[in-house]
Amino acid sequence: MASLKELKGRINSVKSTQKITKAKQMVAAAKLRRAQAAAEAARPYAERLSGVMASLAGKVSGDSAPKLLAGTGSDKRHLLVVVNTDKGLCGGLNSNIVKAAKIKARALLAEGKDVSFYLVGKKGRAPIKRDYADRIEKHFDTSAVRNLGFEEAEAIADDLIERFEKGEFDVAHLVYPIFKSALAQDPTVDQLIPVPSPEGEGTGGDAVVEYEPGEEEILEELLPRYVKTQLFGALLEREASEQGASMTAMDNATRNAGDLINKLTIQYNRSRQAAITTELIEIIAGAEAL
Amino acid sequence: MALHFELVTPAKLVRSEDVHMVVVPGAEGEFGVLEGHAPFMSTIRDGAVQVYKTDGGAPETIEVRGGFAEVGENGLTVLAEHVES
Repeated sequence: MASLKELKGRINSVKSTQKITKAKQMVAAAKLRRAQAAAEAARPYAERLSGVMASLAGKVSGDSAPKLLAGTGSDKRHLLVVVNTDKGLCGGLNSNIVKAAKIKARALLAEGKDVSFYLVGKKGRAPIKRDYADRIEKHFDTSAVRNLGFEEAEAIADDLIERFEKGEFDVAHLVYPIFKSALAQDPTVDQLIPVPSPEGEGTGGDAVVEYEPGEEEILEELLPRYVKTQLFGALLEREASEQGASMTAMDNATRNAGDLINKLTIQYNRSRQAAITTELIEIIAGAEAL
Repeated sequence: MALHFELVTPAKLVRSEDVHMVVVPGAEGEFGVLEGHAPFMSTIRDGAVQVYKTDGGAPETIEVRGGFAEVGENGLTVLAEHVES
């Protein structure tokens, strides 16, 4: 049985932990709203862009299609772009993303493909390094940036496209969490390069559209932009997912701490009572003996 | 009916309004878009988009960088990577 003083110390330490988790939960809740708004605001651009892509990609096909759309002709070397968060305290989010990336990597390796990793965010480094230390191409550090913007997405995309042009890989996949709700964030694997032909109707409909300078030139301009938008979307989803997961995890932690405090308080009171009773019995027994 | 003009960046929807005419700095020269323009698509160079709210009124200029313009049945959409205002 722990002494009264020990119990009191434990109660206090759990209380201060609860204060931290509660603060983190509230911060995450506030940031989540902002991250969600940002993700929402980015949607029109992505929608329009894929609409235009759909109408163009159908027109430009065959040999004239740019490399980013048609691919290099082989699919031997794969690059997994894994988007993780920079900070912890967000439950199982990062391990879920890493798990999805590893499953994909294993599937590709089993098919006899070559796999390498391109890591965005800090928290994916250690777990991926453990299994695939020699396959990591690059870490892209986003931890120094407070508000993720289009610039980061642009930098990543430019780097990726440059590597693609140099022929360092044939296919790139993007692994990132999709924000469903504060309770659910699904890790998703999407093909990034070569750009998959978007589904759906083009915005132009059946009307004859005039292109300036020409379909191919526009498409060539458009594809890098599309890759950037994809990455930007992934970064925004990551942000929202991180805050959502963090909020849920910290909510649970706060509740657990509350339960623990209740339990410890009961234990503390019981042992205090027991000590008082023992003392009383001693006194009474002493008085009776006289 | 006026021309429906939308200016979109990755960060947000900057403009969505009905205007009289918009002059866009296309890659092969500026072009003005009025309502009922034929479907058209062009890349744009860095420059100013001029928005004429009314016929003959003074234009409002918005600096854009990188992107393209699309004219469809539902008006003009300018997708720009950066907007300076």
